Amino acid sequence: MTEKAEPPTRKISPFSLAMILVTVVLSVVALFLGFTYESQDPTSALPYMLIGFIGLAISAYMLLQAQRKPSRAAFEMPQVITTILCQKCGFKNIRDFERGDYVFKETEPCPKCNEKMMIASIYREDKEKEK
Amino acid sequence: MLMIPQVSQLGLPNDIIGWVLQIAFLGFFVIFMFYGQRFQMTIMLREVEKHLHRLKFIRDEGRKLAMETIKEIGKPQEDPAERVDQFLEYISITPQSMDPSGIVWKLEHILDVRDVRFKDEVKLMAPEADEVQLNNLENTLEAAMVLNIIYKVIRHFYILGKKTLSLYIIMQVQMVLPLIMREAEAFASALKAFATGQPIGDGAGALVAAKLMHGHKTKKIAKDIVAATVPLEGRIAHVLKAEGPGGNVGKPGDGIKQIIKENKGKIATIVMIDAAVKLEGEKLGDVAEGVGAAIGGPGVEQFKIEESVLKYKIPTNAIIIKEDIGDAVSPMRKEIFDAADAAIQRIKRLILERTKKGDAVIIAGIGNTIGIGQ
Repeated sequence: MTEKAEPPTRKISPFSLAMILVTVVLSVVALFLGFTYESQDPTSALPYMLIGFIGLAISAYMLLQAQRKPSRAAFEMPQVITTILCQKCGFKNIRDFERGDYVFKETEPCPKCNEKMMIASIYREDKEKEK
Repeated sequence: MLMIPQVSQLGLPNDIIGWVLQIAFLGFFVIFMFYGQRFQMTIMLREVEKHLHRLKFIRDEGRKLAMETIKEIGKPQEDPAERVDQFLEYISITPQSMDPSGIVWKLEHILDVRDVRFKDEVKLMAPEADEVQLNNLENTLEAAMVLNIIYKVIRHFYILGKKTLSLYIIMQVQMVLPLIMREAEAFASALKAFATGQPIGDGAGALVAAKLMHGHKTKKIAKDIVAATVPLEGRIAHVLKAEGPGGNVGKPGDGIKQIIKENKGKIATIVMIDAAVKLEGEKLGDVAEGVGAAIGGPGVEQFKIEESVLKYKIPTNAIIIKEDIGDAVSPMRKEIFDAADAAIQRIKRLILERTKKGDAVIIAGIGNTIGIGQ
């Protein structure tokens, strides 16, 4: 489940492209008008410039959105920890979970006192807390 | 609308370019007036489509993981793909409820048949798997089945919405999608846990019972249910849970009934421990107390427990460990594991306060016991 999926390639639809082109053209025209009449009537030129800049910003956003690849679908599997405990001397061995582990399973002998150890806990590590 | 007078006041009303801009803005206004809803619908459909792609990915990955696990553990002679696909499409028809009398037993029968059928199917798919692995594989396939159903239902509404262009169909799917996605992600996480046999959050109740009965002699008292007699705070505690470490919930209703019968109804109290859904804002692993039969599922086991306790008027106490649906089906979090000790303290306090020395009590740990022995 940890492997990542191939991200599907994304093409811009002709309709979106046409919409972006129209917005760009209109914005450029508005900007052109704004700059042309700036010297004659600065108050009237301002809305044109405003429209032009907003239009350009919108078209850039639309283009970025259309080109953006869909987020990669992948599962981040949590880390599961197994704690093996010696009941006699309290020796603790913490390792990653392995298939076949279960709570209260008797495992290998304790390296300190040679007594049989037991899986005391299995839980998942919360990555958010580690940060 | 505000733009129109502003544009016309630019001092160049007769300018051709100015007119083009005015017409363009008017055009935008008219288009949005008539097709605004259509645009909204398209945006919603795209949103649903995006999530549908993710659901498809999760479903396919689930199927792939189930198949890999079957091949790895079960070592089948032939490719299990066809059988797995058939399993994912398996349906169970609930009994007719026009005359509700006796419906519990009809439902129980259907669930039993389903269980036997699932186990047989898994045995055929994975002939080399042992009993514990068979239970885990069955759980894995059931999680994959849930993911398949979620994907198919969302796809159904997506296609239906596209076909009918009904805003209401699309809207209701789009509105519930965040919750459905959470559930799907949780089941995806559960798949891995089931495939490898890791304990899940739902096993909190079983873990409490396992901690209490560990080191004591256990015996099988009902289908997939084990019990042990444990001295606890001067009382005789009959502790029961599903038989682990394979993925199993067992029939705790039958287990409790059996213990009550063996003790001729002389049970001072019953304490049931289960994982329960927490509300947003509540702390994960919080322990709460109450009364009633703390058990989920289709209701058959709860009904049996309620019937048994009613006969002898035995008080039933509930101890719940709070977690959300995501935590319930994914590998057990540390907070839930630690909550088991807090729940044990509550049980001890409860029986000290509610029972007398020498009384017999039943302590039932409810939930899936995957990855938890006894």
